[in-house]
Amino acid sequence: MTKQPSSATEIPLIVEMRGIVKRFPGVLANDHVNFELKRGEIHGLLGENGAGKSTLMNVLAGLYRQEAGTILVKGEPKVFSSPRDAIKSGIGMVHQHFMLVPSQTVTENILLGLDEPRFIMRLPDYDSKIAELGERFGLKVDPRAKIWQLSVGEQQRVEILKMLYRGVDVLIMDEPTAVLAPQEIEGLFITLRAMIAQGKSVIFISHKLQEVSAIADRVSVLRKGVATASGVASKGVSRQELARLMVGRDVIFALDKKPGKPGDVVLDVRDIYAENDKGLPALRGLSLNVRAGEIVGVAGVAGNGQSELSQVISGMRECKQGQVLLGGDTVSNRTTLFGIQHGMAYVPEDRTHVGSAPNLSITDNVIMKQYRKPPILKNGLLDMKAATKLATELKQAYDIVVPNVSTPVRLLSGGNLQRVILAREISGLPSFMVAVQPTRGLDVGAIEGVHRLLLTQREAGAAVLLVSEELEELLSLSDRVYVIYEGKIMGEVMVEGREQDEALVDTIGQMMTGTPLDQIQNEGVAAHG
Amino acid sequence: MDFTIILQAGIASGTVLLFATIGELFSERAGVLNLGVEGMMLIGAMSAFSATIATGNPWLGVLVAMFFAGLISQIHAFIVITLQADQVVSGLSLTFLGAGISLVLGEGLSKAGTVSLLPNFSIPLLSLIPIIGKIFFTNQSILVYVGYLLVPLSWYYINRTRPGLHLRSVGEYPSAADALGINVFRLRYFYVFIGGMLAGLAGATISLAVSPGWFSELTTGGQGWIAIGLVIFAQWDPIRAAVGAYTFGALRRLILDIQGPLVLFGFANPFYYNPYLGFFLQMLPYLFTVFVLVIGSREAMRKRIGAPAALGNPYVRGERGK
Repeated sequence: MTKQPSSATEIPLIVEMRGIVKRFPGVLANDHVNFELKRGEIHGLLGENGAGKSTLMNVLAGLYRQEAGTILVKGEPKVFSSPRDAIKSGIGMVHQHFMLVPSQTVTENILLGLDEPRFIMRLPDYDSKIAELGERFGLKVDPRAKIWQLSVGEQQRVEILKMLYRGVDVLIMDEPTAVLAPQEIEGLFITLRAMIAQGKSVIFISHKLQEVSAIADRVSVLRKGVATASGVASKGVSRQELARLMVGRDVIFALDKKPGKPGDVVLDVRDIYAENDKGLPALRGLSLNVRAGEIVGVAGVAGNGQSELSQVISGMRECKQGQVLLGGDTVSNRTTLFGIQHGMAYVPEDRTHVGSAPNLSITDNVIMKQYRKPPILKNGLLDMKAATKLATELKQAYDIVVPNVSTPVRLLSGGNLQRVILAREISGLPSFMVAVQPTRGLDVGAIEGVHRLLLTQREAGAAVLLVSEELEELLSLSDRVYVIYEGKIMGEVMVEGREQDEALVDTIGQMMTGTPLDQIQNEGVAAHG
Repeated sequence: MDFTIILQAGIASGTVLLFATIGELFSERAGVLNLGVEGMMLIGAMSAFSATIATGNPWLGVLVAMFFAGLISQIHAFIVITLQADQVVSGLSLTFLGAGISLVLGEGLSKAGTVSLLPNFSIPLLSLIPIIGKIFFTNQSILVYVGYLLVPLSWYYINRTRPGLHLRSVGEYPSAADALGINVFRLRYFYVFIGGMLAGLAGATISLAVSPGWFSELTTGGQGWIAIGLVIFAQWDPIRAAVGAYTFGALRRLILDIQGPLVLFGFANPFYYNPYLGFFLQMLPYLFTVFVLVIGSREAMRKRIGAPAALGNPYVRGERGK
């Protein structure tokens, strides 16, 4: 059901990719993919995680070499053996993980790898040049600031500036909105429009339908390495249709969430302070609580203390001041075992290194919280038969797709690994669970599964704290949402019945960029009164 | 005791540490920890002395020392950059290898007698400044003056030039550098080589200037390890490295000289009458090194004191964010 490009126009093609094939061990990432980019357009590239979007664009950006197929830039065939070659031909990519040196300034990062200056760098000269360039495209950033001092949104601007400074005509943006607050996304869109107005072209990679429909002129869709649509005008295609092209089946957008019946407070976080790995303050007087039978979301732009919060709660980070109470007992600055024995479950951000032991089997991984008590513990020894039995039961109950439970978990896909972790955590019948980014990097099917498990926990009466950067996920699952900014809570909003409320999204967005809730409400009152 | 004389000798002794520390600093700024400094210094000291005996030309001795120490550093570079092995293990082996080679090839060198040394001289005008002139600019080896120049040049190179920017990014975030077309592998080889050459120069400074001769492994006496500690103490900054190196050089001299006189400040000198106190003092720099290395090996602490973020990690292409 490949769609042909919309009727030929006189706008010249700036990039043409024909029959691109790229294999990775065991995966055919791109299977004869065609892709065309016109001058002065924003071209959305849609697809699920693992559909081959990034691979295709990494080929175009010179990071990977295709096994078959040709690339034409302005009609001329090109072979790129490095990103440098691609940049020389005017193609630059902004990666999802920023390629910036944190300890260096904006200007230093932009100059990195250029032939000019030859030897001595007079940074002030370049600072003003870069400030000017930023002005032209609406990318405001202080050239003298060090990268680590910048917000994620500002770092993204540096990445874009890096490419503009190199004079690229085609900018590839890989999932650029994943790390941004709603207002920052608006700012990014303004920049991208300014760029196409000045004759540049943009490829916008995303798995979020609304965004692509909002920004892109034309859309191409990839599914499992195959182009299911190339270059269709985004106006002429519905969201449902795009979803079907992406996933290959109809997608239900709403979850079946029953009305909440919150009980007593289970987790009580009282005015906590903590430092990050660098010894800088990460949490600064943060308080929140979670009741039995409710899911409470923590929204915020990445790096505002979410990781530190979950680590203090789970007992993996020192709490400098304040305390965390779980069912009335202090768990902060205690051992993690103490927390576990008091009903704590923890689904960490880093699935492969904190959440599991990659080289151990599924069995070993699922008994990690239960080997201290029968039936796994028998006469002071591990009863591996009982362990295998438990693991097999969990494998069935949680739909973990592997031939057998002795498989090392490093061989599992992200979705299966997350199910192993959830199986372990949930089977301990926790009274409280903190889940950090539980669906990051999973495909749509796996995300649905994780969401359903979290809702089951809520119905079973457990308290769930859900830390996520996906606002949509938070709104569809949570009863309440706290917004965190620079280690403080900016405010708390009730979600029930307002899942689709634009005003709520706007309020949360403002809090995510540092405006406290009471200030927003005062302004609202002032505006209405 | 005349303290200006002790300090004057301390500066000379500190020059050895300075070369080794700056060399290791370059290597670590590029992301490669090289614990083989001691071994490379021994190679340098031995080959400098040996070449000078053979040719009578101490300048040739210095060049030979830098060349061979640089050459042996490339073994480490190959193991950790190309083969991506553990930097600690490889560096330790390099220490033993360097010590072994220099002991075997240096057999008999200790009885070889004296050689012509590198020239000592005073700087006109500067040596006339009271105290400072005496300590820093009077009758010092030419290598001491080279050391004075090396410090600001290194700082400027690292912080204010294009190759310096590349060096820093390769040690901080190699994949970012690689994405912009910088050859991470080549630069790392290069700076390990620089580190080796400077360690060789440090060795030559001992055997041809500060305490001339070849006394097997006692020639360096663990100063390579102190240099590694000083890099951490200096937080990877050449200026602070110089402060550390000269301070330790002066302390080494002081510890030796304080055990000499019978009377100290009008009292019976306890360090003379009780040799164990002297041994204790001699141990202190190494104790400091152990302490600093323990701090430096803690991940959290390293982030806090500003270690190059990629220090100790092999760079593997295609692995993002490392």
